[in-house]
Amino acid sequence: MSLTSKQKATVKDFFSKMSTRSDDIGAEALSRLVAVYPQTKSYFSHWKDASPGSAPVRKHGITIMGGVYDAVGKIDDLKGGLLSLSELHAFMLRVDPVNFKLLAHCMLVCMSMIFPEEFTPQVHVAVDKFLAQLALALAEKYR
Amino acid sequence: MVEWTDSERAIITSIFSNLDYEEIGRKSLCRCLIVYPWTQRYFGGFGNLYNAETILCNPLIAAHGTRILHGLDRALKNMDDIKNTYAELSLLHSDKLHVDPDNFRLLADCLTVVIAAKMGPAFTVDTQVAWQKFLSVVVSALGRQYH
Repeated sequence: MSLTSKQKATVKDFFSKMSTRSDDIGAEALSRLVAVYPQTKSYFSHWKDASPGSAPVRKHGITIMGGVYDAVGKIDDLKGGLLSLSELHAFMLRVDPVNFKLLAHCMLVCMSMIFPEEFTPQVHVAVDKFLAQLALALAEKYR
Repeated sequence: MVEWTDSERAIITSIFSNLDYEEIGRKSLCRCLIVYPWTQRYFGGFGNLYNAETILCNPLIAAHGTRILHGLDRALKNMDDIKNTYAELSLLHSDKLHVDPDNFRLLADCLTVVIAAKMGPAFTVDTQVAWQKFLSVVVSALGRQYH
């Protein structure tokens, strides 16, 4: 399910529109991940407070969103561009890849909340495919 | 048995009492057919589904979206026994409609996105938690009678 060139353009365009609120979306998305899917908190046992809306969760959500934006810039070669991030996730973080889907869903919900007019079904499918490709690239080095 | 807090019940009831079934039903089903195009396999008799634009203008799809959303009313009225409330519907989807139950999850996700767009900031973290809990119970009940 690779992206058509039209969908790549759609993704770049929407992320550009989103850029003023990208921190909010990242922070909200991770908050919602740990709230809606509490098992994901298992990766954050080293934080004093991994509850939705807490400072470490918000900060980390912003970091992750920064990574997603970086990936938009590498949309023509996600596997190559995300090689070192993939190694990080595979050998150090070892996040079960099923969680990438869960976070992607939370990101889509936040995008829809904050940009209801712009997040049309056509934008939704392009962004969903992009996030799925991103997840695949991140899981590339797992085994 | 699923346990519901008073807060969760209030959140779910509030969402449904403010729901425009036609608007949200149509938007959710259309979004599902566009974002997950393989779901179109179940809508062979629904006319033109050629692209996103035709799907969004298709009156048969719109009507069916409304119908599906009203189907959730049963769960709302019987929150303490959703499992048995949907036993018959589950069998119908399994034996007559032959719908892969994973599709219930896909439609539920699209419904969540559409409701989030409608409610904006009112779709708080607690609201999303309660709403997704409700939908996951519905999805599980609908898949339960498959054999």
